[in-house]
Order: sequence, then structure tokens, then C-alpha cells
Amino acid sequence: MAQIAKQTKRRRIKGDSGYGYAFIAVALVVFAMFTAYPVVSAFIISFQQYKPLGSEYVGLENYIASFNDKLFWKSVYNTIIYTILTVPVALFLSFAVAILIIPLRKKLQNIFKAVYYLPAVASGVALSVVWLWIYDPMASGILNRMLSVFGMSNTNWLGSSSTAMFSLVLMAWLSSHGTSIIIYLAALLGIDESYYEAAELDGASFIKKVWYIVIPCLKPTTLFLLVTGVIGSFQVFQNAYLMTGGGPDNATTMVGLLIFNNAFKYFEFGEAAAQSLVLAFIIALISFIQFKYLGKEVEY
Amino acid sequence: MALYNTHTGKPVVNRTRNAIIMVVLILFALATLFPIYFMLISSFGDPVEAGAMSYSLFPSKISFESYKFFFNYSDHSIRWLLNSLIVAASVMISNVFFASLAGYAFSKIRFKGRAVLFSVLLVSMMIPYQVTQVPLYILIVNTFEIQNTYTAMIVPGLVTVYNIFLAKQFMGSIPNEILECAKIEGCNQFQIYFKIILPLSKTVLAVMAILTFMESWNTFFWPFLVTNTMDMQTIQVGLKNFRFANTTYFAPMMAGATISALPMFILFFSLQKYFLEGVTVGAVKG
Repeated sequence: MAQIAKQTKRRRIKGDSGYGYAFIAVALVVFAMFTAYPVVSAFIISFQQYKPLGSEYVGLENYIASFNDKLFWKSVYNTIIYTILTVPVALFLSFAVAILIIPLRKKLQNIFKAVYYLPAVASGVALSVVWLWIYDPMASGILNRMLSVFGMSNTNWLGSSSTAMFSLVLMAWLSSHGTSIIIYLAALLGIDESYYEAAELDGASFIKKVWYIVIPCLKPTTLFLLVTGVIGSFQVFQNAYLMTGGGPDNATTMVGLLIFNNAFKYFEFGEAAAQSLVLAFIIALISFIQFKYLGKEVEY
Repeated sequence: MALYNTHTGKPVVNRTRNAIIMVVLILFALATLFPIYFMLISSFGDPVEAGAMSYSLFPSKISFESYKFFFNYSDHSIRWLLNSLIVAASVMISNVFFASLAGYAFSKIRFKGRAVLFSVLLVSMMIPYQVTQVPLYILIVNTFEIQNTYTAMIVPGLVTVYNIFLAKQFMGSIPNEILECAKIEGCNQFQIYFKIILPLSKTVLAVMAILTFMESWNTFFWPFLVTNTMDMQTIQVGLKNFRFANTTYFAPMMAGATISALPMFILFFSLQKYFLEGVTVGAVKG
């Protein structure tokens, strides 16, 4: 009896494994064709001088050319500056807003959540078109007019190299916090009430509660948002491409944009592939460092 | 919430505190909404060159001339919306179907290599898209020679690893007993998938459908790379072309931006719950 049961069980598992493979078949084919193969291919292309009919192997030349290229380092520098200016500020803003929303009634919470999330629903192209006009360099431009109330003179926001980067950063501050606010809120609601009660018995103030309870409890969330934020920021391409085109004087050329230009403007596929792999390496390294130094007490 | 001290004793203190909180939140909300408000309001202006007008933050009149101007720019302006719809809908349907199938297999069916395959998929999510874009472009344009077709826009996104991950996470929480019962009753895996897994996963699949549709509708980069005639472009690519061709026509540009964003706004306001759920669902266990 037991043996029969065992046999049928085995047969069932065997039979099911066929279904297993069938169910993942399409996903695997898509993955192999459009992710795995391109990654392998990127490695190969990065060692080649690409030509439509038969590429030539050039060894490490693409990598060496990139490392000797001042523009490449400038774009890396720009990307790092952009990341430092956007990600921590956006995290802090989202955290503060989430803390402020928590005491409100559920209905109000939902309204604010929806409002803050709204820019994330609009397409990046639409937002870039709008911001382009907000930054209109004429005296009649919206931002210039608002600031003239405070006695500031006209600024050519996107056209001068001292303000172009800041303009992209400001845009990021005001249009990409929705997701992190909602994630922070969900995490805040997950904190056990008893912690607060205990703290209250000890006479802890609001600030102390935030510092000793909320911030430690939200550490995994912060780490998650930080890592994903940095990864996203390092790949940033669209806003720079649509708003400034990397200018003026390459003040807003980020790695993502440089790779795009090399690939689809100059058709230097080899160099673009080499640079994209360097970028992947940098991102992996930074993510690793973040997990190593910030993730010590975080459990997954 | 007990994060805030509720019994300070004086209701005045509480009330002023709440008032200050509201003011801060509303100011921040206004700053967030301002670009969208500006876009909507300005789109109702007349289609004149920017030099001849000054922007106003309050509508003096409502005219749809700028929308007309946008649609008259190209014979294919309406087609752009249709193209976006075709691409986004196809990507959405295939993702919901294939990602849920794969997610079910990865969470509930035992087969050799399951763990290895799944971790390969997870690791691949870390690869920046810049790495794959050049080879993908060569593959689609030079090898398959399907440039400027719907297939080229749809096929690379047929099923994403993120969606498989989402489906697997959710389906992992469906109790095994139900599936075993179904098996004893004589269901094969296909029947289990259709009759048990799909109905139980409705919510997560709705979230997946909406987020996938939105992402596909809003995507600019890939359609921009693989299309080269006006009639095949999506609305995002079309809007970009319109902007570069009419750099001084302020109101029509805003009308175009509104047209590209409005469908998502409508979708968002009618299905808000799923959108907001979708944000947290993938983040809970990063």
C-alpha cells in the first residue's frame, strides 16, 4: 500500500515537473532572448569595433579609450553629483511627509497619498515638456517670475552650466517622491503600538520617539529605498536627454546619456557597450557597499 | 496614532499642531501638483507663439484650439494614441498571463533547476538597461529586421522578471492543501491554474496589469529607438517630435503633454486602490 502511494506520488511529481517546465517556457525564452543573450552579447561587443558586416576584435581598446576620455569621467562625476543631490533629499522629504501624514484620518491620508503619487503617473516626456516651460529663461517664465517677487534677477535655468544641474535636481525633488512616501507610510503603520506606549510611560517626547523607535524600525525600508534610488539615479537618462541634451558644455551629461549618445548618435557600439558594463560594475559595487555598511543589523 | 502624544492635556495644543501639519502638507502638495496644474491650465490657451503671450496661472478663457493644433501637426497624431494603446494592451495581457503561469510554477510546482533558474532571474534584475540596450537594438533591427513594427515594440517586454517575482511572492502564500485537494479530485496543473490559482490571485494580477500598462504607456526610450516613421510612433515619441518641431508653440505643447498624460490620470483616479497597492506590494520584501 505504502509502496503504491510512494509510486503514485513519484509519478505525480514527475508528471508535474513537465507542467513546471511548460509553464515557465515562454518566460524563459523571452528572458534568454531579450536579457541573457544581450548581456553576453554586450561583453562580446565591448571587445569589438562594431561593423554591420563582421566586427573586428580590438581587445581592450574600447575600455582604454573610455578610461582616457575626459568626458566619460565628467559624466561619472555628474552622475554622482546628481545622485548625492537627489536621493538623500528625496528620502528625507518622503520620510518627513510620511511622519506628518500618519496622525491624519484615513480619508485624508488617502487623498494626500494620491496627490503625492500623481506625478509618477504622468509620463516622463509630458513632465519634461512642462518643466521646460517652467524653466523658460525669459522674464515672463514662471519660475523667473515667482523668484522676481523675492528680488531675484532672471536666470537662464537650463542654459547656463551653473544652474542646469540644479534645475534637473529640483525637478526630481518635486516629481519622484510619491512612491517612497507610500512605502514609508506602509512601514510606519507596521510599527508595533506597544513600542510607543512603553516610550510614553517613560515620558519620551515626540522627537525621542522618532529618533529611538521610528528611525531604527524603518531602517530596512530606508535601505531598500536608498539602494533602489541610487540604482535608478545612476541610470538616469530621460530627463537629461529631453531637457538639456546633456548641455550646456556637458554640465548635465550623465553616464546614461553618454552611453546613449555613443551608441545611437555616433554608432560607436563597442565603446557604448564597454561603458555600460563599467556602469553596471559601478552600480553593483555601490549597492554592495551600501548593503555591507548600512545593512549590518538589517535582517531579510 | 500613538507616535504623537495624544494626551498633552490642552486641546488647543493639539489643534494648533494639527493645523501646522495640514499647512505643511498642503504646501508640499501644491508644489507637487503645480506642474500638472500648469500643464492643464495652459493647454486651454490659444496656439500662438510664446513670444506673443505671457503665461497666466489662472485661465482667462477655455479654448480647444491648441488641441486642434496638436492633432493637425501630423496626419498620424490620433494613430499615436492608438499605437500606444495597442502596445500597452498587448504587453499587459501577455505579462499577466505568462508571468502568472511562471510565478505559479516557481512557487508551487517542483521541478529540477527551479531554485537555480529563479535566482538567475532575480540577479538579472540588477543589470542596468544600458547594458542590454545596444545588443537588443542590434538583435531587433539588424538580425530580425523587424524595425518599425508593433512586434519590435512589444516582444522584448512580453514578460518581465519583476512581474514573475510579484506573482511568485503572492502565490507562495496560497495554502498547499487547496492545491492537493484539487489534485485528488483529478485536476491537472492546467485546471488548477485556471480554476484555483487565477481566481485567488485576482488582486495581485489586477495590480500587475495596471502597473504594466502604465509603464508601457509611459515608456519613451524603446519605441523611440525602434520606430522611424510617424505612423508607427507611440504618443510619447510623437510628443517628443512635436516638441522639437514646434519649439515656440507653448499652448499646443501643453495640450500634447495633457493628451499623453490624461489617459493615465483617468485610470489612476478610477483604480487608485490598485495603483497605491502596487507601490507597496513589490517593496515589502525587497
